[in-house]
Amino acid sequence: MSFYASLRKEVLELVRTHRLLVMAVILIFFGLASPLMAKLLPQMMRLIPGGEDFLSLIPTPTIADAFTQYVKNLSLFGLIVAFLMTMGIVAQEKERGTAVLVLVKPLPRAAFLLAKFVALALAFLGCLVLAGLGSYYYTTLLFGAPDFFAWMVLNLMLWLYFLVYVALILLASTIAKSQAAAAGIGIGAVVILGALPSLPGLGKYLPGQLVAWGTALLTDPSARSWPALGISLGLIVACLVAAWIILDRQEI
Amino acid sequence: MAAIRTEQMTKVYGQVRALDGLTLTVEPGTVFGFLGPNGAGKTTTIRLLTGLARPTQGRAWVAGEEIADSGKVAARIGYLPEEPAFYQWMTPIDLLDHVGRLFGLPSQERRSRTTDLLELAGLSQVGKRRIGGFSRGMRQRLGLAQALVNRPEVLFLDEPVSALDPGGRKDILEMIGHLRGQCTVFMSTHILQDVERVCDTVGIIDHGKLVVEAPQAELVDRYTVPAFELECEEGSEPALEELLKALRKLDWVTSAVADPSMGTVARVVVKDLEIARRELLAHIVPQAAALGLILRRYQIVTPSLEDIFLQLVGEATEGSPGAPAEWTAEGVREGTQ
Repeated sequence: MSFYASLRKEVLELVRTHRLLVMAVILIFFGLASPLMAKLLPQMMRLIPGGEDFLSLIPTPTIADAFTQYVKNLSLFGLIVAFLMTMGIVAQEKERGTAVLVLVKPLPRAAFLLAKFVALALAFLGCLVLAGLGSYYYTTLLFGAPDFFAWMVLNLMLWLYFLVYVALILLASTIAKSQAAAAGIGIGAVVILGALPSLPGLGKYLPGQLVAWGTALLTDPSARSWPALGISLGLIVACLVAAWIILDRQEI
Repeated sequence: MAAIRTEQMTKVYGQVRALDGLTLTVEPGTVFGFLGPNGAGKTTTIRLLTGLARPTQGRAWVAGEEIADSGKVAARIGYLPEEPAFYQWMTPIDLLDHVGRLFGLPSQERRSRTTDLLELAGLSQVGKRRIGGFSRGMRQRLGLAQALVNRPEVLFLDEPVSALDPGGRKDILEMIGHLRGQCTVFMSTHILQDVERVCDTVGIIDHGKLVVEAPQAELVDRYTVPAFELECEEGSEPALEELLKALRKLDWVTSAVADPSMGTVARVVVKDLEIARRELLAHIVPQAAALGLILRRYQIVTPSLEDIFLQLVGEATEGSPGAPAEWTAEGVREGTQ
């Protein structure tokens, strides 16, 4: 019961503080802009002084370029949004004292954390659906219709990819006593997780592979990357459980 | 069943013993004033009893539930921190509704409770305004309202008025006074006048240890000095000295001395308060008339809570029994204030 009350408050907070709006604007903007950027790249090059010299080097844009552009933009800006929206989510409440106000009520600490995670997960889901649909529309208009199911799976993979980082940064925010410390720990964790794929043979097991899998599905329906999916889900669960254990032992 | 009971509750932070074997009982329905100087362990006690921190040693029960089971305790208490923090984007209505949801109150009850509590806190007119723009007094009143949403059996108030102006203090103390009999109030403070004003029972803590715990009236009786104070008009000092000399001859008078710093005030310490109550004035009036002494004041010395507090905290600090504040049994000012 108290979980739903807390989830309601988190969703209301995202709306009333305009954070949901900011998230939606960023993701939808890049969702809409990506196929346009892919299509209009040659024209944009013509507008740059001397750009015409490079036109011969740029191949005619295809639907694959639209996918690549979409995945690059969304994974980068989505990650930044995930970081900014999550780093203070627990640390700020501890720092300001609002955590005391609610944790002294019959709200289990696990429910307190899970409500925050679920609210962000729902926010990302909604924004990604809108960004994905917008991008699908423009891609269809400019390049022809991609496989709708594969397109939605790509967005689902992007969503899971963001959730890994949301869970990781939420853990950092739980460990830290202040927002600044949470940001420091979060940046460290993101850098480590981002650098791991450069180790030989490790990349296919890491969350980044989810995005590659989703992109590959658009051209190759038989593409699979189950280990990355399992490890990503495991990471999310592990981060949430660790955050709960840590918060449960903390004196607020 | 006691509303609050602690047994040897201890809290250690590193090398610091914030709370040192606190054993305490608070009766239901009372307003309990938990007094102590800054750093005495008041907030630590409240944090332990509300489940925000865990004791290093010892046990405690709140509303019959052991604090180790913080979920059960949380459902039966209310808590107002010293500086309550709120979600700035919420309105008071949002906040009280959210708290009601956390306690699982049905929507009808949440609505009526929100209306009642906003009225009680004097915030009905600003129920839809963002909390971010509230003054300190308004925030404190809202903090008290949110602590009452679940009709708590035990209400913890940590320094509820220390940061407020006189008007704000009056409002909050009146609200607390109205709670008497409805729930047990455990109020920490270092402002003695507030305790004198609203608390039935007093516990004094210093350096993490409970120095005394008793009903306020009993505490005052316990520390009452069997003494009377006289004050005369200026210029009557020689006549007063004559009167005191005569009083010293009475076998039930221990001492009769003028205040060295204010010659117009004198203290008469007696062996038996009851005899003195009946006979002292009868001795004073004819002699004063004969000496031409104009008396302005005659009263039994009643120690204020501040006197008792300073005496007890002084004892706990120095580890030696101190004299009652201001005066010793010999009637000499100690200068403890």
